[in-house]
Amino acid sequence: MNRKPRTLAAITLLYTVWSLVPVAIAVLFSFNSGRSRSTWQGFSLRWYWSDPFGSVWNDESLRIALRNSLVLAVLTIVIATPLGVALALGLTRWRSRPAKVANGVLLLPLVTPELVVGTSLYLVVTNGYSFLELGRTAQLVGHVTFSLTYVVIVVRGRLLSIGPDLEEAARDLGATPIQAIRLVVLPLLAPAIFAAGVLVFATSIDDFVVSALLSSGASTETVPVRIYGSVRGGATPALNALATIMLVASMVALVVVFVVMRMMRRRQGDDNAGENSLKELASW
Amino acid sequence: MPQSARGADRPALNWLWAGLATPGMAWMALFFVVPFYAVAAVAFGQVDPILQTASPEWNPTAWDFTSFNEVLDRVFGGDLGTVFLRTGFYILLAVAGCIVVGYPVAYFLARHAGRWRGPLLALTILPFWVSYLMRMLAWVNLLQPEGWVAGVLRHVPGGDRSWLNGQPVTVVAGLVYGYVPFFILPLYATLDRIDGRLLEAARDLGASSRHVFWRVTVPLSRQGLIAASVITALPMVGDYYTNDLLSASPRTEMVGNQIVYYLQETTQPQVGASLVLLLVAVLVVAMAWYLVSISRAQKLVTR
Repeated sequence: MNRKPRTLAAITLLYTVWSLVPVAIAVLFSFNSGRSRSTWQGFSLRWYWSDPFGSVWNDESLRIALRNSLVLAVLTIVIATPLGVALALGLTRWRSRPAKVANGVLLLPLVTPELVVGTSLYLVVTNGYSFLELGRTAQLVGHVTFSLTYVVIVVRGRLLSIGPDLEEAARDLGATPIQAIRLVVLPLLAPAIFAAGVLVFATSIDDFVVSALLSSGASTETVPVRIYGSVRGGATPALNALATIMLVASMVALVVVFVVMRMMRRRQGDDNAGENSLKELASW
Repeated sequence: MPQSARGADRPALNWLWAGLATPGMAWMALFFVVPFYAVAAVAFGQVDPILQTASPEWNPTAWDFTSFNEVLDRVFGGDLGTVFLRTGFYILLAVAGCIVVGYPVAYFLARHAGRWRGPLLALTILPFWVSYLMRMLAWVNLLQPEGWVAGVLRHVPGGDRSWLNGQPVTVVAGLVYGYVPFFILPLYATLDRIDGRLLEAARDLGASSRHVFWRVTVPLSRQGLIAASVITALPMVGDYYTNDLLSASPRTEMVGNQIVYYLQETTQPQVGASLVLLLVAVLVVAMAWYLVSISRAQKLVTR
C-alpha cells in the first residue's frame, strides 16, 4: 500500500513536466537572439521590440493579429455578457415550452465540435445571410455564439445558489420587478458576471476554428490564425513572442478570476475557498 | 425551484422573463440553429450543370440528393471511407492514450495527493488556459529536424525520421497532448466523489489493494471514465489543425481536413457540407450510445 502512491506520484510529476515544459521552452525561445525557434543562441528582447523589421512591435502583420485578437475579445465580452446574463435570468424563471427548448439548444454548443459550428456559420454567411460578410463581423458573431453558453452556465449557477428569497423580500418591501433585479439580483450576481466576462475573454483570444473559418484574409487574422499560418514556414521567434504575449494575457485573466472567486467564497464562509474555486474553474 | 407562498399570489412575471430571454434566444436561433439548416441546404442544393457551381436549396421539398449520394458512395467503399476509418482509428488510439496517461494522474490527485492536491490541481488546469495553437507550436519547435526532442529521438532506434511529415504517431501523440487535460478533470471529479468507506470495507473484507482497485474503484469510476472519454473524443472529431500542424500530409488526413479542404479550397462546398452532415450523424449515434451506457452504469452502481 505504501509503494503504490510513489509510482503514481512519479507518473503525475512526469505528466506535469510533459504538459508544461514544452510550452515553457516555446516561451524561452521567444527570447532567443538568433532567428531559430529550436537552437538557442543567447538571450535578447529582439523579437519583442528591438528588431527593426521582424519584432512583434515593428512587424505590422504581427501587430495587426494582436490587435484583431484583442478587439475581437473585447467586443465579444461587450455583446455576449449582457445578452447571456439576460438570457440566464429569463430562462431560470420563465416556465414555458420555449424556455425548455432554449435551455436544451444552449447545451448543444458544448457537445458540438467547433468545426461544425464554424462551418455552418461559414456556409450561412457565404450563402444566405447577405447582411453579414466574412471578416471581423462574422468572427464576432461566431465568438458571441459560443460564448453565450458559457455566460449562461456561469451566471445560472450563481443564480440558483442565491435562490429566490432575497428577490421575494425586495418585492414584499415594495420594489417593482425591475427594481428587484437592478438593486438586488444584479449586485449579487456581479462576481459571477465578472467571472463570465473574463472567461469569455480567455476563450475568445484562444479560439482558432471559428476565427479561421470566418476570416477574410490577412487583415482579419487573429493570433491563433497567424500561428497556424506560419508555424510550419520559416517563421522567426517573433511568432513565439506573439504567442507568449497572448499566454500572459490568458494567465492574467485566470489569476483575476481565481482571486475574485476565492473572495466570493470566503465571503460566503467557505473554509476551503481556494481549492473549491480551483474545482469550479476546472468544471468549466 | 421552490416558489414561496407569498410569491404565488403575485401576478406571474412571465412577460419580464420572456422579454429578458428573447434577445439571447433570437441570437441562438439566428446564428446557431439556422446556420445548421444552411449546411443541409448547401449539401442538398443544386449544382449548375455548366458552371459546376453549387447553389443552396432552402426549400426541403426541392432538395436534390445527387451530390450527397456521390459523397455517400465515396464514404462507403471509396477514398473518403479510408479517411473516416482513419479518423475513427486515430481518435480511438488517442482516447486510449488519454486513459493510460490520465487515469493514474486523476487517481493520484483524488486519492493520494494530500497537501499537494491544490498546487497539482492548479498545474493540471494550467494547460486549459494556454492557447491550443501555442501548445502545438511548442511541439513543432521541439520536433523540427534541429529541435531538442528530435535530437534526442535520433539516438533511439527507429527515431531518426522527420517527425513532422506524415507520421501517424506524431498526430496521435499530439491529440493526446492536446486533449488529455480535458480527460483528467472530469475523471478526477468522479474519483474524488467515491466514498472512501467503500474502499475500506473492501479491504476489511480481505481484498488486496489490487482487488480493491479493479473490483471497487474502477466500476465506481466507470461513469466518469465514459464521460471523460466522450468529452475528449468530441473535439477530436472536428480537429483538423493538430493534423495540419504536426503532419500536413495526405497520409494522415482526417475528416476535418477534408471538410475544410472542400469548403475553402474547392468550388464544391456541397461536398464539404455533406461531410459535415455525415459527421453530425455519426456524433448523434455516438451520443445516443453514450446516454444508454450512462444509464446502464447508473443501474450498475445502484444495484
